[in-house]
Amino acid sequence: MKEKLIVIGNGMSGLRVLEDLFDIQKDKYDITIFGEEPHLNYNRIMLSYLLSGEKTFEDTIINHQSWYDEHHITLHKGDKVIKINKEDKKVISKNGKELPYDKLLIATGSNSFIPHTIGSDLENVIGFRTKLDSDTILDLISKDKTAVVVGGGLLGLEAAYGIAMHGIKTILVHRSGSIMSQQLDRTGGRLLQKNLESYGIEFKLNTTIKKIEGKSKVESVTFTNGQTVESNIVVFATGITPNTALAIEAGLDTKKGILVNDHLQTSDENIFAIGECAEHNGNTYGLVAPLYEQAKFCAKKLAGKDSDGYTGSTLSTRLKISGVDLFSAGDYLGDETTEELILLDEKVGVYKKLVIYQDKIIGIVLYGDTADASWYLKLLKEHTDISDLRTKILFGKSALSGDAGHGGDDISAMEDDEEICGCNGVTKGCVTKAIKEQDLKTLGDVKQCTKAGASCGSCLGVVEQILVNTLGDEYNDTVEGICDCCDVGHKEIKECIDTNDFDNVYDVFKKLDWKTDDGCIKCRPAINYYLLVKYNDTKYKNDKRSALINDRVFANIQKDGTYSVVPRIWGGLTSPQELKDMADIAVKYDVPTVKFTGGQRLDMLGVRKEQLEPMWKDLNDAGFVSGQAYAKGLRTVKTCVGNQWCRFGTQDSMQMGVDIEKMTWGSWTPHKFKIAVSGCPRNCAEATIKDIGVIAVDSGWEIHIAGNGGIKVRVTDFFTKVETDEELFHYIKAIMQFYREDAYYLERTAHWVERVGLEYVKDALLKDKANLDACAKRFDISQESAQVDPWEQSRKDGFTKEFSPIVIAPENSESFEAKERV
Amino acid sequence: MASWTKITEVEHIPSMGSRVVHYGEIEIAIFKTRDGSIFAINNECPHKQGKLSEGLIHGTNVTCPMHNWDIDLKSGEALGGDSGCTNVYESKIENDTVFISL
Repeated sequence: MKEKLIVIGNGMSGLRVLEDLFDIQKDKYDITIFGEEPHLNYNRIMLSYLLSGEKTFEDTIINHQSWYDEHHITLHKGDKVIKINKEDKKVISKNGKELPYDKLLIATGSNSFIPHTIGSDLENVIGFRTKLDSDTILDLISKDKTAVVVGGGLLGLEAAYGIAMHGIKTILVHRSGSIMSQQLDRTGGRLLQKNLESYGIEFKLNTTIKKIEGKSKVESVTFTNGQTVESNIVVFATGITPNTALAIEAGLDTKKGILVNDHLQTSDENIFAIGECAEHNGNTYGLVAPLYEQAKFCAKKLAGKDSDGYTGSTLSTRLKISGVDLFSAGDYLGDETTEELILLDEKVGVYKKLVIYQDKIIGIVLYGDTADASWYLKLLKEHTDISDLRTKILFGKSALSGDAGHGGDDISAMEDDEEICGCNGVTKGCVTKAIKEQDLKTLGDVKQCTKAGASCGSCLGVVEQILVNTLGDEYNDTVEGICDCCDVGHKEIKECIDTNDFDNVYDVFKKLDWKTDDGCIKCRPAINYYLLVKYNDTKYKNDKRSALINDRVFANIQKDGTYSVVPRIWGGLTSPQELKDMADIAVKYDVPTVKFTGGQRLDMLGVRKEQLEPMWKDLNDAGFVSGQAYAKGLRTVKTCVGNQWCRFGTQDSMQMGVDIEKMTWGSWTPHKFKIAVSGCPRNCAEATIKDIGVIAVDSGWEIHIAGNGGIKVRVTDFFTKVETDEELFHYIKAIMQFYREDAYYLERTAHWVERVGLEYVKDALLKDKANLDACAKRFDISQESAQVDPWEQSRKDGFTKEFSPIVIAPENSESFEAKERV
Repeated sequence: MASWTKITEVEHIPSMGSRVVHYGEIEIAIFKTRDGSIFAINNECPHKQGKLSEGLIHGTNVTCPMHNWDIDLKSGEALGGDSGCTNVYESKIENDTVFISL
């Protein structure tokens, strides 16, 4: 009989103990887990991404059902242990289960601490700890109401950011005069605040909540400065309380948390406690890195192995908000006995501060540039004497060696004991060793095996770079399934399609041993795309049912299920007659919102699906075609007025934009594709953040590629310069075709060029004239069948028939006369 | 008591596609899977009320177009790591005509 281990809490720290235990010994225990939440183990520190919509819940799952199955773990989801009977070694659950244990692990985490305030017991006053909290927030927030977040610490800022990303007016109140005062000094706090204000968060510092009012739910909030706002949700992120209720009731020793020794044992040697609910040497921890350190020692004890035991953790913090780089560790404030080394550039938004005591780093604050965080942290942890480094230390590690190289160089300069993943305490050496010894090939393997990058994910880039450096050329051959349906990567799929003939996506699935009959949202559109690349529209019929919604119905779906309609405005150049026609049509269909897009055209929003067909007909009749604002294909060609009007213009950028759009419209690409043409290097058309940016100079045109203005802005790389219009057209065709054939589905040019390297693209097109010409020719051929207006075509081939709902009047339904509304 | 209501001829529902049915205040999405089976489900994702009728069908699941939740057409349950459920309606095909139990 195996010993029985019961884990209370299906969260990150409890399950980490099990993972560490399995690494030492697989089958020692019969394991049962109780989890109060009705989910698998998910990554709680990604809640802010879940809230902001940057990740789906599926992305945050750490242990999938298959993991529980593989280790024969019984999981009671949504059931809570309500009593521990340590005399009889039993636990009792809310659903009435009574189970004996030999060893018990309490990993109950913590609860949000909501301070008692007038109205704090109203409905919709919540914390921000769980998926349920995140879901509740998402359900409640609305454009006409203000959301209030209380607490300017890590969690509060992440919550406010997540809400503000939905375009909701968000007020963050914070008791002290500077945000993140537990981790940041005032300068850092100010810079961070300025950055977050740009996301639309309004800060009220030195302020708390006076009262919350409402009948049963929150209706308004009054602050201590007397101001009152209408609000329907108040999120408290004012701290956490270790969840010790069970332990107290069972008679275990507790103070702030459940008291544990260096092996994470409570006052009862068969009962362990770990994570936010545990207190070690007077400290409780609310960050993930210390919990994972504890897990290692707890697992060793459970496996019956000796260890020196856990001795506490140095805390370091990263904020998980996209576009904000922030790191702090140690004594970041200092005092009169310490010195400070400071580098501050407010305009650029970079702030670095090292707190020095007796020539050693004792505190770190980095804002805007955290590339050297791990190096500084290592110097701090090892108490390194930095007196020889101090004139250059703020410029980072690369400044010391005189090598200002990028990417790979920095990684290879890292020492083996340098920590790369702060959440899981993984060093570069660990990763390299695991890759070599366990023959790891993919980022997923490394994540699973070493845990590097498996929590907040901010170090994944570094981990991948180590993988590349360690495996060298071999890395390119590695394969990770593009989704759960298969074990093959994009590269293998493309090769298979290139070398075999297929009629449809399902034949590809069969050939490559798909695990599902119909694929899924990730793979089916990808395969459909690759088939289209190979065969063009002439030999392969684009499978609408394998396309995502917008590409399927030729319009952009909106949050309420209506669509937006954007006709093409060639080069952003329109006429009074065109505007009149469009206005008439917008009036006729009672379009609720008409807006100019960033791509210099008009977006008509709020169109019902059944209105699409007649509206398209009217637009077609007025001479418009679809602007393909929904397409994984050519979107817009943005222009400035150029030398037709502008006194600085060097070329006719407007006409060039029109010509390029006439040449490229209708083309489909792995992801959306945007072009811009600027008439002079002042670049008013913002060409340097487009997939292709054309900039006019006196002697011709500069071509820039692979820019992107999304979450992470990427400025284009200069590609080449041409003298004539004809050459420009030729290059644009070839670049688009090469991208279309070489990139993976849903890979923007920016990501593609980052992956394959600019030199690769240059070699293929600039050094190989024959290939350049062939690519341009293939583009021409595919355009012959691609330049068909999808609006007109789908009206004529009857596809739009299914856009109308079938309306059945309940009173007639007995005799049923199902009429299809036309 | 629920009764069978005639909706439309089965050919009017595209394979691997869907149609929307308005029945009074109720909005139902009817799907046809690759093997020709018909499923009827409340046209509202349990997550953020996305229109499931606009989703991608695979097997007997549909992926919501809003945030990619996978919904089981047989039970209306959210799959994978998500939890939530939307109403399903019994359906049948007789003489090439689709009926839903309402």
